Amino acid sequence: MTADHNPGYAEAGRSQVDAAAEAEPAGFRLADESESYALRVNGRQESVKAAWLGESLLYVLRERLGLPGSKNACDQGECGSCSVFLDGTLVVSCCVLAADAVDAEVVTVEGLEPGEGLSDVQRHFLDAGAVQCGFCTPGLIVAVHDLLDRVPDANELTVREAISGNLCRCTGYGRILQAVADVQQERAGTGP
Amino acid sequence: MTVARPTTLDEAVDALAAMPDAQLLAGGTDFMVEVNFGHRRPTEVVALRRVAELRSHSTDGDEIVLGANVTYSQLQTELAEALPGLAAAARTVGSPQIRNAGTIGGNVGTASPAGDTLPFLAAVEADVVLASAGGTRCLPLADFITGAKQTAILPGELISEVRFADVRGPQQFLKVGTRNAMVISIACCAMVVDIDRRRVRCAFGSVAARPLRPTEAEDFISEALDWSALDAEADAVDRFAELAAGAAEPITDHRGTAEYRRHTVKVMARRALTRSLRA
Repeated sequence: MTADHNPGYAEAGRSQVDAAAEAEPAGFRLADESESYALRVNGRQESVKAAWLGESLLYVLRERLGLPGSKNACDQGECGSCSVFLDGTLVVSCCVLAADAVDAEVVTVEGLEPGEGLSDVQRHFLDAGAVQCGFCTPGLIVAVHDLLDRVPDANELTVREAISGNLCRCTGYGRILQAVADVQQERAGTGP
Repeated sequence: MTVARPTTLDEAVDALAAMPDAQLLAGGTDFMVEVNFGHRRPTEVVALRRVAELRSHSTDGDEIVLGANVTYSQLQTELAEALPGLAAAARTVGSPQIRNAGTIGGNVGTASPAGDTLPFLAAVEADVVLASAGGTRCLPLADFITGAKQTAILPGELISEVRFADVRGPQQFLKVGTRNAMVISIACCAMVVDIDRRRVRCAFGSVAARPLRPTEAEDFISEALDWSALDAEADAVDRFAELAAGAAEPITDHRGTAEYRRHTVKVMARRALTRSLRA
C-alpha cells in the first residue's frame, strides 16, 4: 500500500498533530482528525495521533504502530493476509475502520505468542515447510490459531473451509494442511 | 472526517439526525474496500458495530426477526436449524473472516445484484425495518431495493431489522461461481416451499438488477405440484425451469455471459425444485 493508492492517506500527514486525550471512551462520541485515538493491540494501549479517520486497521497497524506482521496483499478482503483477532473474532484488518476499533481487543500475528518464542502453529509451519514466499503465512497462522482453538479436532474438510479465505500462491496448500495436522497431533498428545 | 460510535439504537438515530448524510458502517466488508481504493471519501460515518439491539434475532412464534447486525457467521450457525436456506446462503459468502464481519443489514443496504442473502429474503417476502429519529417504517424488500445498489433509504434512516413470516417446508440455496469460497456469484437461487400455503417461492441473484422473482414460474409450479405427495411430474419441473429462465434479465460482464447466466437459472430452478420434492 502506498499513500497515493488512496488519496485519503495523503491527508494524514497534513492533519494537525494534537496530543489530546489518549484514551477515548466508547459510546456516542464524535471524533475528527484533530483528535488522537487509542487502540488496544496485543495487550498494549497504543495511541494513534493525528491520523485520517478513514484509515483501515491494517494501515494503522503497519504504518503507524510498527506492526508489519499483518500483510497487505489485496486491501479488499479477498486474500486473508491481514487476518487479525478483533475481540476474539477472526477478521481481515483491511476491512476494519481503525477508528471504529477503539474499544476492541486487537490481536495480531505478533501477539499470538507472548515473549520471543514461536507458537506451536508457527513452529509446525516452519517444520513442515509450509512457508515459501511467506506473504500469506501470518494470515494463515492467525486463521489456524482461530480454528484449532475453537475446533481442536477439525477434520480436513473443516480445515480447508477455515483457511479458504487465505490465499497461498506458492505451496499448493499440501504442506499447510500437513502443518495443521501436525499441530493437532501435538496438541492431542498423539504426535510422533 | 467525523466518526460517531453509538451503543444504542436511540444514540444511533440521534447521531444520524445530526448528520443525515453520514455513511453507515456495519461489517465494513463493502464500505472499507471502497474507502481503501479511494472510491468513497466519507466525511461523516455512523459506526453501528456497538449497537446491541441490532445484534439480536428471534425465531419464536410466527415471525422471524433478524437484527441488522446479525453476521453471516451467526446465520450460518445460530440460525441454521430455523432458516436452512438463509444459512446455506450465508455460508457461501466470502471467507470465514468476511462472514465474521459482514452483516445481513449490510447486505440489504448495499443492495448489490450479487448480494447472497437477497434472493432468500425476496423469496420469503421480507420486510425491511428502517429506523430514524422520527420513528420507524417498514418497506417490503421488493420496494426497498429500487435498482442495482439503489435503495429507498432516506437521509437519517438506518436499517434496524429484517423480518418475515416463518415458513414451514423445504428451503434451498444454490450458487454458481468459480470456486466454493471467496466468490461473487455468477448466479444464485433461493427457494422456499411453503407447504401450509401451498406455494413455491423462489428468487434468483445476479441475473437482474434486483433479486428476481419469476412469478409466472412460481404460479405454474404451485398449481402443478401434488402437495399431498410433495411431488411433480417431470414435464412440470421442466416447464418451471423454462419459465424461470425466461424471466431472468441477465447481463454479460466479467463474471459471465448473459447466455450462461440464463442457462444456470434453468439448471438451478430444476435442481432446487427437485431437491425440495420427496424423492
